Amino acid sequence: MIPELGHLALILAWLLAAAQAGFAFAGAARNDGILMATGVSAARGQFVFCGIAFVSLGYAFYANDFSVLYVASHSNSTLPLYYRLAAIWGGHEGSMLLWTTTLALWTVAVTLFSQHLPEVFRARLLGTMGLISLGFLTFILFASNPFQRMIPAVLQGRDLNPLLQDPGMVLHPPVLYMGYVGFSVVFGFAIAALLGGELNPQWARWTRPWTTAAWVFLTAGITFGSQWAYYELGWGGWWFWDAVENASFMPWLVGTALIHALAVTEKRDAFKLWTVLLAILTFSLALLGTFLVRSGVLTSVHAFATDPQRGLFILVLLGGVVGGALTLFALRAPQMGLGGRFGMVSRESMLLAGNVVLLAATGTVMLGTLYPLFLEALELGKISVGPPYFDTVFVPVMLPAMLLMGLAIFAPWKHAVLTVLLGRLKWVMGVSVAMALLLPLMLGKWTPLIALGLLMALWIAASAFVSVYERLKKREGGIIKTVVGLPRAYQGMIVAHLGVAVFIMGVTLVKGYEVEQDMRMSPGDTAQVDGYGFRFDGIREAFGPNYMAIIGHFTVTWNGRPVTILAPEKRHYLASDTPMTEAAISSGFFRDLYIALGEPMDGQAWSVRLYVKPFVQWIWAGCLMMAAGGVLALLDPRYRRRNSAAMEGTA
Amino acid sequence: MKARHKRLAFIAVGLIALGVATALVLDAFRSNLVFFYTPTQVANGEAPQGGRFRIGGLVEPGSLKRAANSLEVRFVVTDTAKRVEVVYSGVLPDLFKEGGGTVVQGRLAADGSFHADQVLAKHDENYMPPEAAEALKQARRVQTTVEVE
Repeated sequence: MIPELGHLALILAWLLAAAQAGFAFAGAARNDGILMATGVSAARGQFVFCGIAFVSLGYAFYANDFSVLYVASHSNSTLPLYYRLAAIWGGHEGSMLLWTTTLALWTVAVTLFSQHLPEVFRARLLGTMGLISLGFLTFILFASNPFQRMIPAVLQGRDLNPLLQDPGMVLHPPVLYMGYVGFSVVFGFAIAALLGGELNPQWARWTRPWTTAAWVFLTAGITFGSQWAYYELGWGGWWFWDAVENASFMPWLVGTALIHALAVTEKRDAFKLWTVLLAILTFSLALLGTFLVRSGVLTSVHAFATDPQRGLFILVLLGGVVGGALTLFALRAPQMGLGGRFGMVSRESMLLAGNVVLLAATGTVMLGTLYPLFLEALELGKISVGPPYFDTVFVPVMLPAMLLMGLAIFAPWKHAVLTVLLGRLKWVMGVSVAMALLLPLMLGKWTPLIALGLLMALWIAASAFVSVYERLKKREGGIIKTVVGLPRAYQGMIVAHLGVAVFIMGVTLVKGYEVEQDMRMSPGDTAQVDGYGFRFDGIREAFGPNYMAIIGHFTVTWNGRPVTILAPEKRHYLASDTPMTEAAISSGFFRDLYIALGEPMDGQAWSVRLYVKPFVQWIWAGCLMMAAGGVLALLDPRYRRRNSAAMEGTA
Repeated sequence: MKARHKRLAFIAVGLIALGVATALVLDAFRSNLVFFYTPTQVANGEAPQGGRFRIGGLVEPGSLKRAANSLEVRFVVTDTAKRVEVVYSGVLPDLFKEGGGTVVQGRLAADGSFHADQVLAKHDENYMPPEAAEALKQARRVQTTVEVE
């Protein structure tokens, strides 16, 4: 009964999405306020029905309704409740439902926080989002219905893939989708502007908070995914340049470029067309990500479904969205005008150069991700592009952007003089070069790559600090008071840039100083890894809610003194008859100790992975700082002031 | 005129930088491509000697041997037509087992065995690595054509 209710809600949501798009666009075309208001109501109704469908599916998981095919293939009555609920997005159909529900959520947010927008513009924005929603709802209803019944029902479900039975599963997919789908709002703003033919600083001011919000979610979502991979996959990597990871990283890179381009368009009315193009591109890449993950062209932890028909549908949807948007862009671009002019050395030119670098980086990632797929699709052979390609290419491509990060925050708009800039930054440069050369010597190993990485991190951090210091000098009052008193958007930028520095620091130190050892150990053996003693005390057996586990017992010492006790597990999930490694990690500010059990060998010996990873937590701390910077920027009162003023105006 | 010259110089420098970057990227790309071969292709000598490549297939049941006091393992990867002996030192993935699909990456040694530096296994029970599935498919195709002849 409940699943049928969910199915019905989906059909109603489909109708309402059609109504949302139809009424909004018709209303905008005739400048008819009533039609446009109907579009808004339809959008809100669509959210309600998507919500009902989502909750219905959740109920089916809660109640272990194995007559629903999707529930039977992704859950099991022995699965703990929180994982049963997370299993809603544990497979293809549910993920798509999460996608549309998230889209409906963003749409409702737009209807609530867009009273200040001109009515026609707002209608076109909602109309565009309605069309996207219509496309995805059609896909769900016709090609991936999560409510499909299986008669007769089975007694027990097939269980959720053990890899996904993890707290990360509760957090990572919804947050990532909030990011992906959030860019549909930005896309809607771009389309509405192109349709209306007005592209101005005001448009950029409207678009900025939405872009930042989507970007914050995407940043956090990628971070959670990376942490999850680190402790769950059992070999201590935090980024694998796996195609699915790249699929989320590409919109992030372009989204980052977009945030900076929007700043220029708002402040200086410059490179508007570029900004609009980036807005279209970001959402297209988010869709491409969905296509890559959901079509089954990729095989990875994330790609559950292998159904070419589904892939084809998303490909058509992708083609429609990208093709339509780019056609509109080509038609309208010549009328938009170029906007504010700027000197060859200026904040604008530096931000533009940074943008170009970010796009070039995206291009290299895309080449490595899509080329093997093309070859395979054309039956020209099977190849794989390994992490070494991305490692050797990505860092050098990004170098100019990292250098510009320090320079651009000091450069004035319109026109800057390079010698003056460099003069102001000579101390920053001197100190960061000296420290980058000396620090590796203190840490015990000097390589050019470590020094280069440290130089970038120190350069970005030092220039951010000097920028804050210069601002504070001009103000009166105590340090705390003045720091808090700085504009929120500026604070956000500084925190995000410091996040990049912390991130680079973490990556450099992990890559430079990590020690990984695969060993064979018998109970009583002690292994020395990077100064730490790892003593294997033995194993014991234990039972979890839906698995059996062999738990290893390790005592870690430093100079003979005990540091911690670690208990890595080898689990065997009963329902799916699958083994899983659960690594044991002792995290710290300066280092992580990481142990994973391999497999039992002759006698009582085990193969064991012992890792010491210095500063690895800094990687995610840096990413979360970037997200926090975005949140700070969102809190900038000028967005709120404008909103409330506009609301009073319409009321 | 001066502004225009400056702009032209700017564009020229940009294009040169872009060209150099593209050349470097493509070079790195080419040298990091890893090609895939089936055990039959390896047996026929089609795989590159000395270069890194991947082999996919099934782990032959009963072929897995572990060294007495190191992490070295030896096993045979087969596409049911031809076999390749693989040597690997390290921890095998969770889902690696005899009779299951696998993909190994590494180089051919002089004695004809394959020294792997990476071993991949399927993600779950119903999933076969596409490379392994492809190797089996090709071997089957060859066998049926042989039978027809």
